[in-house]
Amino acid sequence: MKNLTAILLKEFKSDFRNPYVLGGAGLFLLSTLFVCYITVKRINTPSIWVALFWIIMLFTSFNAVAKSFMNESRARMLYLYTLTGPSIFIASKMIYHAIIMLILSTIAILVYTTFFKIEIGDHLMFYTSVFLGSTGLAIILSLLSTIASKAGNNLTLLAILGLPILLPLLMVTITLMKNAIDGIDLSVQYKYLFVLFGLNLSSLGLSVVLFPYLWRE
Amino acid sequence: MRRLPLSFKIITIILVFYTLIAGLLIDVPALNILNETIRNLFFHVTSWFAMVFLFLASFVYSIKHLRSGSEIDDLIARLFVQVGMVFGTAGMVTGMLWANFTWGSYWVPDPKLNGAAVAMLAYLAYAVLRNSFQDTIQRGKVSAVYNIFAFVMMILFVFILPRMTDSLHPGNGGNPAFSGYDLDNTMRMVFYPASIGWIFLGLWITEVRFRMEMLKQRKK
Repeated sequence: MKNLTAILLKEFKSDFRNPYVLGGAGLFLLSTLFVCYITVKRINTPSIWVALFWIIMLFTSFNAVAKSFMNESRARMLYLYTLTGPSIFIASKMIYHAIIMLILSTIAILVYTTFFKIEIGDHLMFYTSVFLGSTGLAIILSLLSTIASKAGNNLTLLAILGLPILLPLLMVTITLMKNAIDGIDLSVQYKYLFVLFGLNLSSLGLSVVLFPYLWRE
Repeated sequence: MRRLPLSFKIITIILVFYTLIAGLLIDVPALNILNETIRNLFFHVTSWFAMVFLFLASFVYSIKHLRSGSEIDDLIARLFVQVGMVFGTAGMVTGMLWANFTWGSYWVPDPKLNGAAVAMLAYLAYAVLRNSFQDTIQRGKVSAVYNIFAFVMMILFVFILPRMTDSLHPGNGGNPAFSGYDLDNTMRMVFYPASIGWIFLGLWITEVRFRMEMLKQRKK
């Protein structure tokens, strides 16, 4: 637990000292949102509204999560591994990414709802879907970006590996969010909520179990 | 991987030929819309069964590889994925032909179709991942991890998600189906042997490929 918070603190400190990485991801998000606003102007159908939002989030997450591993030098990674052990290392990385993704998705949802106005039927479920969706993206991409970084750090490989794996998550999130906008009753929604929650939890568990095999070279 | 006994091969040959001949010749129940295309059950559905079985085998060997670190386990996992992809392609092609006759289009936005396409993409990504490594030990470990992750997600996408929404597939959302009351005993007589036959054929192909790879390595 102490190690976990120590690594988390270290991540935030290094981000504070070197704000370009996160700033870059944030700026990427803002410019994408603005481009969408200029080109699309108005969205009347909830399904397209939701789909566009998650496509933007998907590419933002690739940028935000991938950069974090690419910036770590080999020597520093090795140092951290030996200090803490792999499970704690990946857990803290995932928590860190989840926090970053939550910050980014908060910004995104604020800007997006200002640009494209929409009436939301079920506010609680709407924000729950944003929360679970973005943490899910962060968790799954944490493991995948480690895999991609082992294979020579390229973003293309991360995209190829990530898209098929992320699709189930995105599809459930999109359904949940669209139903929330339509104000559909909880008795229908709970199964999507359950699957989304299970998906997050199982990818978290899988990552913690599998990461120890990846860390040593 | 052990060598398959002769009896296994003979059974496979009998089952596959039985499927091909009986699958095309037996009497099938005349159902609305489906008509004679119902015979696709013996080829399309069973191909997917074989694919899932082979991917499962690959998943098991990936776990074995992570535990043992042996290169042979990694090789077997790779071969199972490759052969599984062949059956996946067969399942997709037969499905598309069938869809054109019953749904009027080669591709429709159906959760099962999307699931299948995504599963294929994930395993193609596995091949790309493998090829981006020079070092064999690292390649084995990293791709085994990806394989395990991909398999779990595929199970979710192919088996759980389509059941949450309506599918155009027979048996879902009030469409006429093979299962339940429709699948009569004559069709069962071909369907089960066909499933086993394609799975056995997949195992056999994998075994032959395995022996080929081992010979190649010995030659080096």
